[in-house]
Amino acid sequence: MNIFDTWYFPARLAWRQLIHDRPKLIAAISGVLFACVLVFMQLGFKDSLYASAASMPLKLDGDLFLVHQQSEAMWRPAQFKRSELMRALGHPAVAEVIPLYLSLATFKAMDTQVKRTLMVYGFDPDTDLLDVEAIKELKHALRLKDTVMFDEYSRPEFGPVGELLASGQNRTEVNDYKVTILGVFQLGISFAADGNIVTSDLNFLRIFPNRSIHDIDVGIIRLHPDTSIQQTKIELRKLLNDFVKIYTYEEILEHELLYWENAAPIGFIFNFGTIMGLIVGMVIVYQILFTEITNYRFEFATLKAMGYQHHYFVRMVFASAFILAVLGFVPGFLLSNSLYYLAESQIFIPMPMTVGKIVTVFVFILFMCAIAGLLAINRLKSANPADMF
Amino acid sequence: MVIEVNNLNFSFGSGTLTQPVLKGVNITIQKGEIVLITGPSGSGKTTLLTIIGGLRQAMNGSVRVLDKQLVNSTEQDKVKIRRQTGYIFQQHNLLKSLTALQNVCMTLEMYHDLTEYERQYRAQKILAAVGLEDRFHYFPEALSGGQRQRVSIARALVGKPKIILADEPTASLDRQSGHEAVEILKQLAKESKTTILLVTHDYRILDVADRVVELEDGVIKTV
Repeated sequence: MNIFDTWYFPARLAWRQLIHDRPKLIAAISGVLFACVLVFMQLGFKDSLYASAASMPLKLDGDLFLVHQQSEAMWRPAQFKRSELMRALGHPAVAEVIPLYLSLATFKAMDTQVKRTLMVYGFDPDTDLLDVEAIKELKHALRLKDTVMFDEYSRPEFGPVGELLASGQNRTEVNDYKVTILGVFQLGISFAADGNIVTSDLNFLRIFPNRSIHDIDVGIIRLHPDTSIQQTKIELRKLLNDFVKIYTYEEILEHELLYWENAAPIGFIFNFGTIMGLIVGMVIVYQILFTEITNYRFEFATLKAMGYQHHYFVRMVFASAFILAVLGFVPGFLLSNSLYYLAESQIFIPMPMTVGKIVTVFVFILFMCAIAGLLAINRLKSANPADMF
Repeated sequence: MVIEVNNLNFSFGSGTLTQPVLKGVNITIQKGEIVLITGPSGSGKTTLLTIIGGLRQAMNGSVRVLDKQLVNSTEQDKVKIRRQTGYIFQQHNLLKSLTALQNVCMTLEMYHDLTEYERQYRAQKILAAVGLEDRFHYFPEALSGGQRQRVSIARALVGKPKIILADEPTASLDRQSGHEAVEILKQLAKESKTTILLVTHDYRILDVADRVVELEDGVIKTV
């Protein structure tokens, strides 16, 4: 008696019983499908919101990043002295250091004149600090006085900047300071700011007259090629004061994501949605399995009288749960895939269907059905042949 | 000796609500014998049958079936007896989501040493023997009462059991099909020298028995 046989026969009987009652099977599959789509959408929104929250650091072109230890997240930094960043130049592996200034400011919409808050990034355009093609192309023009570039992915409340630029309108106010918009780029918004503009470090200081060039928000370090990032990080640690934290590219991304996941309630909201979806799905599957066992308990008692043992029925229940999980997951995945596509094309949120997500949801659904099966097994005890014949 | 019951007592309930059903039952059945147990409703016929079939646990007396003591036995011992026993129920008790052939195969699927082909072959042969060679792929709801009971007989016999226990197999059948079913059962059992213990109060089928035993108020009256 091998493993295959011990599972094959109960699974086959479970399958035959499931397909015998089509309406109930469809109801069960719909339950799993519902849970599946709900979980896919929750995870999709969560991931895409996280991804957009980290859209700025994602584009930063650097090897190591300095932030003040009091900075909770990049959008509300504590400033530190520029000289601290310059100290890093003392390390032989360091090729270049770039200060980044950032601050929230009001932006006056060119069409409606309504003021709304967005994020302003200031850095020396010659350094190509942001790996965004449109900004690199205009880096010489950005050196001019009072020029900025606008993020096309900002919320529509800032006005149709691209169209207005094309029609020749390019003057507005940022922080009540008159600027000229040179062009647009594509970056993406976060929970912290509804829009972004990029300007040179010198223009940044003009827009924010109370800021000093000596107080920077993030320090970016580029290393010489063929030097170890980890090793340099350890050595820089000894060189720099304790109040700055040193992150690698991966670490600063993770730091930003963790902030949104933990400090902000966004992670909780979507996790809650995911769990609710799984619970609803589990209750539906449990109900189906429970009534299945109730309806078939005479047959189970008959099989017991023929010599079948309890574990056979336990396997049958789990096989039913597994079959329902698979049958519900496949259409659930296909439907979610189209919904992701719809979200991307209609509401402009990037929602990639990754293998990792597919596996995660499938494991969730399997787990959900297994728990439902586990709960339903109790009902098997009612199938006692002595009480029935 | 295939079945040997000595001084078997059995009661339902506990304490003051104890309801004795079997009061010192003694019965011995030889290999290949066909024994009918009759008696009025509530006389304990079915209870006796379920104890002999290893479906119900008896606490005192002695019930030896195929040289195994069933009184105070373990679940494993009872499972062993169930597997060597073909049980025919009052209602046919077929699995409604399986075809006639698949139902008969359920008896054989407990034994993993058979191939799928062997199972199918044996099931088809026995179904043909009960006269259902053209009904292999019918679901129970598409079969008549008599046909269903014949599938149920085939299911009980296909595992080549040493004992057949039948609980009022003709209760839900008309005279004609009831008699047919019992005749088929008898004929197939005689061929393979299978012992049959049949509970009934259907006096129309008494003629198939080698011996008729009457159970009344938990006591065997005539042997």
